[in-house]
Amino acid sequence: MIVLETDRLAITFGGVRAIDGVNIAIESGQVFSIIGPNGSGKTTLFNLVSGLYKPNDGSIRLAGETVTGLAPDQLARRGLSRTFQNLQIFSRMTVLENVMVGRHRHERTGVLADLLHWPTVARQNRATREAALAALARVNLADVAERQAGSLAYGALKRLEIARALASEPKVLLLDEPAAGCNPIETQDIDHVIRSITQDGITVVLVEHDMRLVMNISDRVHVLQSGRTLTEGTPEEVRSNPAVIEAYLGVHGSQEAGRAFD
Amino acid sequence: MRALLETRLLPAIAVAAIVIVLPWFFPSMFYYRIGTLVFIYALAVVGLNLLMGFAGQVSLGHAGFLGIGAYSVAIGPTYLGMPSWLSLFAGAALSGIVAFLVGRPILRLKGHYLAVATLGFGLLVAIVLSNEAGWTGGPDGMTVPKLTLFDWSVRGSDTWYWIACATCVLGFVLALNLMHSPTGRSLQAIHDSEIASLVLGVDVASKKLTIFIISAIYASVAGSYLALFNGHVTPDVAGFLRSIELVAMVVLGGMGSIVGSLVGAIVLVVLPQVLTVFHEYEQALLGLIVMVFMIFLRRGIVPSLVAMLKGWRK
Ligand SMILES: Nc1ncnc2c1ncn2[C@@H]1O[C@H](COP(=O)(O)OP(=O)(O)OP(=O)(O)O)[C@@H](O)[C@H]1O
Ligand SMILES: [Mg+2]
Repeated sequence: MIVLETDRLAITFGGVRAIDGVNIAIESGQVFSIIGPNGSGKTTLFNLVSGLYKPNDGSIRLAGETVTGLAPDQLARRGLSRTFQNLQIFSRMTVLENVMVGRHRHERTGVLADLLHWPTVARQNRATREAALAALARVNLADVAERQAGSLAYGALKRLEIARALASEPKVLLLDEPAAGCNPIETQDIDHVIRSITQDGITVVLVEHDMRLVMNISDRVHVLQSGRTLTEGTPEEVRSNPAVIEAYLGVHGSQEAGRAFD
Repeated sequence: MRALLETRLLPAIAVAAIVIVLPWFFPSMFYYRIGTLVFIYALAVVGLNLLMGFAGQVSLGHAGFLGIGAYSVAIGPTYLGMPSWLSLFAGAALSGIVAFLVGRPILRLKGHYLAVATLGFGLLVAIVLSNEAGWTGGPDGMTVPKLTLFDWSVRGSDTWYWIACATCVLGFVLALNLMHSPTGRSLQAIHDSEIASLVLGVDVASKKLTIFIISAIYASVAGSYLALFNGHVTPDVAGFLRSIELVAMVVLGGMGSIVGSLVGAIVLVVLPQVLTVFHEYEQALLGLIVMVFMIFLRRGIVPSLVAMLKGWRK
């Protein structure tokens, strides 16, 4: 079953076609990676799919429903969640509270009940807290739950964003460079976390520059270049595609590209 | 469970304990008067603090709601034959409605733009109150009939001290409840990242509007109390300086700190009284003291002191 699909999706910024007629179709339960050189439109594609940008053209379907133009919070309530390449942490809140906000779409109390601290609110708080702690445990952050989020190291914040997104129990999870800036051990952790996420039946869409991680974990890889699809296939097909190697050669230089595809 | 409840409301309980004991040390009625003013301001400041310190949305026109509340208890009984208490509730409802209508378009703005838009709202209310002299008495203001509840005419600063104090503590409790609730968490999240909040399913626009309405109602009730307590009201109650005073109380006491709201109100209500002994230097000294506070306790008095205490304990 196709859970997320775009049809001739396009957006233009001041004459620049950042995304230019991209079609993707993602099977439920898969790890679907989107790669491409810097500025090729990967984050823009995520911003379109998650409703932060409105497309100039084309359409988006989520779980069979056309969702083009819906606001991000409406998409979240339909089971779409994401992390950010440039972290978006609630830095003044504790680590646990960050993840508790991730439970928002499952919370069922009104403002009046909240003001009066109705018994339902206490019950809700407890349920939210437990679910949030469970999500934190999955990314190995349970022991820093009460720390202020802003005081965590970069690698931990990357995992915190994943826990927060997971707490919303999405159908589809978009991860924008979860391993960027992480050391090999942290990258290994991210690898394990993604695998455990897919075991829950959550579809993962991954944008990542770490080719080892991408090639290890993906069911399919979609390659973007200058806002357009270069190719799509299994990791093996993509790895051996001369056009892909050349796209990376042009940007990173031969040595780096060689290393990236080892 | 019990322990959780108590920690959540601890600030409100501590404040209640102190204000109940305090009057034993009041040498004269004048002290009750100052105490009453502190509580009334603290009530408005808690509301504004929920909006500013907690949800991160500035308002430079909050005295506008103070004005709506104040003139409601003046106009209601004088011209509409409504009892004062009913006028107070009507004023609060009116403030809520006005906040809804004004908030929808302007809460889309951010930072300085929001500041200027709210400033415009405050000015508008003050001008309407000055110009509609037929209803409001114009710039000279009007007399506010005394509050009567079931034949009991409320008078005397000591009586008002207890009424204002009880209402203020109630305001604290509601604010603390809100902070520890799903709505409170999403408001705090909006402060730090609107984008992340949206992506997690928080309806950012409606949450902002909700807290704007709540804070307007806090200010309106405070305005009604102020008018009833003083027995007279002028358009100054809704003036720009009054709005700035409220913002200063929030920032001085501590953004997002409920106890800080009270401390901010104490400093800016009590200090001018103390400084009157310095005659013409009063204002200058007040300014200087506020500056020194902000330089040395830059996160506001209460959060900075709490951070210091935590540092010492370690
Ligand atoms: N809001 C915006 N306004 C103007 N231009 C934009 C905007 N967002 C993206 N772009 C442009 O769209 C293009 C694609 O950017 P995008 O961030 O999607 O690239 P990316 O593939 O995520 O790159 P990276 O690997 O560096 O993260 C770039 O040229 C960028 O400048
Ligand atoms: Mg990017």
